[in-house]
Amino acid sequence: MKHVSAIVAASLLFVASAHATNVKLLNVSYDPTRELYKDINAAFSAEWKGKTGETVTVNQSHGGSGAQARAVIDGLDADVVTLALAYDIDAISQKSGLLPANWQKRLPDNSAPYTSTLVFLVRKGNPWHIKDWPDLVKPGIQVVTPNPKTSGGARWAYLAAWAYALKAPGGNADKAQAFVAALYKHVPVLDTGARGSTTTFVQRGIGDVLLSWESEAHLVLKERGGDKFQIVYPSLSILAEPPVALVDKNADHHGTRKAAEAYLQFLYTNEAQEIEARNFYRPRDPTVLAAHAADFPKIPLVTIDGMFGGWQRAQAVHFADGGVFDQIYRPGQ
Amino acid sequence: MKKPPRRSTEDHPLVRVVLSIVAIGFIGLFLVLPLTMVFSQALSRGLGVTLAAIEEPDALAAVRLTLLAAAIAVPLNALFGISASWAITKFDFRGKGFLTTLIDLPFSVSPVVSGLIYVLIFGLQGWLGPTLREWDIKVIFALPGIVLATMFVTFPFIARELIPLMTDQGREEEEAAASLGASGLRTFLRITLPNIKWGLLYGVLLCNARAMGEFGAVSVVSGHIRGLTNTMPLHVEVLYNDYQFVGAFAVASLLALLAIVTLTLKSFLEWHFAEEIAAAHHH
Amino acid sequence: MTAAIASLAAHWRNPSALPGFALSFGFTLFYLSAIVLIPLTALVIRPWSLGFAGFWQILADHRVLAALRLSFGGAAIAAGINAVFGLIVAWVLVRYRFPGKRLLDALVDLPFALPTAVAGIALSTLYAPHGWLGEPLSELGLKVSYTPLGVVVALTFIGLPFVVRTLQPVLSDLTQDAEEAAATLGATRLQTVVRVVLPTLTPSLVTGATLAFARAVGEYGSVIFIAGNLPTVSEIAPLLIIIKLEQYDYAGASAIGVIMLTASFVLILALNLLQYWTGSRR
Repeated sequence: MKHVSAIVAASLLFVASAHATNVKLLNVSYDPTRELYKDINAAFSAEWKGKTGETVTVNQSHGGSGAQARAVIDGLDADVVTLALAYDIDAISQKSGLLPANWQKRLPDNSAPYTSTLVFLVRKGNPWHIKDWPDLVKPGIQVVTPNPKTSGGARWAYLAAWAYALKAPGGNADKAQAFVAALYKHVPVLDTGARGSTTTFVQRGIGDVLLSWESEAHLVLKERGGDKFQIVYPSLSILAEPPVALVDKNADHHGTRKAAEAYLQFLYTNEAQEIEARNFYRPRDPTVLAAHAADFPKIPLVTIDGMFGGWQRAQAVHFADGGVFDQIYRPGQ
Repeated sequence: MKKPPRRSTEDHPLVRVVLSIVAIGFIGLFLVLPLTMVFSQALSRGLGVTLAAIEEPDALAAVRLTLLAAAIAVPLNALFGISASWAITKFDFRGKGFLTTLIDLPFSVSPVVSGLIYVLIFGLQGWLGPTLREWDIKVIFALPGIVLATMFVTFPFIARELIPLMTDQGREEEEAAASLGASGLRTFLRITLPNIKWGLLYGVLLCNARAMGEFGAVSVVSGHIRGLTNTMPLHVEVLYNDYQFVGAFAVASLLALLAIVTLTLKSFLEWHFAEEIAAAHHH
Repeated sequence: MTAAIASLAAHWRNPSALPGFALSFGFTLFYLSAIVLIPLTALVIRPWSLGFAGFWQILADHRVLAALRLSFGGAAIAAGINAVFGLIVAWVLVRYRFPGKRLLDALVDLPFALPTAVAGIALSTLYAPHGWLGEPLSELGLKVSYTPLGVVVALTFIGLPFVVRTLQPVLSDLTQDAEEAAATLGATRLQTVVRVVLPTLTPSLVTGATLAFARAVGEYGSVIFIAGNLPTVSEIAPLLIIIKLEQYDYAGASAIGVIMLTASFVLILALNLLQYWTGSRR
């Protein structure tokens, strides 16, 4: 028994003594940002070292946005969270009190240093001539998108479709609901996260259109070559603002607040905005955006606040249990 | 192994051929093909790429974590298995059947549930989470949680091997030693342990294979921090989701090799020590 | 503590000449409680914060029902497939002699030794529309990956060893005297097999299939990659637990967990009774 407790104690120590000589941050993020934060973390480490002489290591955890928020609520020790939508960070604040409710006001631009939007990824040559939202519900078209209940990107995609139908000539809430219902009848696979859907579409060859983050779609072209896929910009989409936030209580607990705050502010610097643009996230800085204008076509983008009254309302109306999505999505019936 | 069947009880030659083809075909289709798939995908861009994927720091960290978790969980479960089978097979008491059932229970509990229960206890919203946080002890999203989940899913394996084996062997030898004045520990070390050593090894082997390969339960409690709390099976999933299919299958092939080594050792034990592990012929 | 256990022990156990009961029994109970029983209790009491009606409402949800139906139905079909093919494999391995038999025998345990995530990505790649098996199957109009059929394939994969390994020792023990006697009495081979061999094997066949079922019903890792996870179509109950968790619905996740746990307990209890039955029949 003595032996056993010694092993357990040693293993606890092994984990507890992780922070001592250098600063360690944990950034809990969502699925498609893996490549982005790999670059950001390297740049930030170099900058922080030059400024303070401290070595900072940023560890990463990725998964579906909702799943990651849940893990933080359950005690995953994130110093900062960089998730797909404000609702998930709101949930952390409400359910665990680890950060204040006004978190989104603490950094510029709604705490979203970069934005993105939802686009269509189709197979090369666009064999089904998919140009805009109505093309997605034509007979025989298969649309791949993740489950809006668990994926942030999927919620943005759902709302973009809704917004299109609402703003189309003669559009109203009933027609929007009917359009979204029709759209989800064309979905053969509903993965839990954005990355899972990309894999399904790209690697498994399922479906004709992937409703994808703009960044994710560009990444596919980069990784898989532009000879297999192409991006289609619909006539209207949604301004997706993936927010970032300091998890106050965790950072204070670790004594890493200073570095964590600097990390988030770093995301707004010229250097980071450039990295974000290179990873196909739309930078907030107008000069950086202008330099990469070719990658980011200008299309009309609705906002969550303007169109849906903010995330809290959108979530309650559309994605909560018994909400619109539950009413329209009835496969196998 | 078995003497050839006599003519009167022999299957018709055509039946033999058909059944053999069905059996080999079924195993080929369901077992050999997926295994081949793993290696062919891992090697699809050459051995160099495969090895590079395995030598990558996050992959090595995952290997280390997997080995460490198994190195803690398996010996603890072995200790438990020995203790439980000693209590169950060497003594008569009421409720023995129920105790055995409880020990077997984790075998059929969904891995997801196995992870969930520790979140409910050690999570920040759970029973002990807030207290542990004050004490600065991490359980879930750290090594202890991974070890606990691993221990749960492999809980019955060693006990299940040892209980039937020790039941078959009876108590006479131990009772004789005890009546001659040998201490309990001495009796165990000199008499029982030599009798069960191959069965024990067999159980440890199965326990270890499952411990290193567990996915669902560990996934729930891991937190997926790269280079820190991703075990090998979780790292496979990470790479798979990162478009690094070759990398995913490279790490997967490492796990598949582990499975092959396990099977080889297991068959070796079965062929050479059939008697010593006979009572425990099934898992 | 140990003294208390010992004095309690004296009342309900028979005296034994062997030492170490208090220690081994005490440790067993402690370890069992710490790792299994107390954590499971946490699960069992969690959903009742909603009251019985709330608990019932969670389970009556059509998506939850569909997931439970798929997990239990899929596991049952897989167990059935394994009962048939496992019997054939066991029969061939015990009764026939052919080159490579030992290799085949060793391979049977592969699903047990191969990590489920590895099995998952391998099966999913194999049965994908452009995979080695997916391509020819889709030409036949059969879609496996991302359908309930994919779930059954994965569950069949992980359940196979249990049927074969339960049958093998019984088949080896089965002397051929009875078969010979039947043959001497003029029974055809088919009659002998159906009337003499199969009834003897039935208890082990049921045990093996139940083991395969018990293992498959809660399976997660090998299924999620191949299932496609369409709600109410190819979404298994364990995945739904995870999804509920991701929506911060702890009570909902626990409610499904409790149902799965109850099923596990009943299955294990049934298995122990079956083993008792098998034991008394032999």
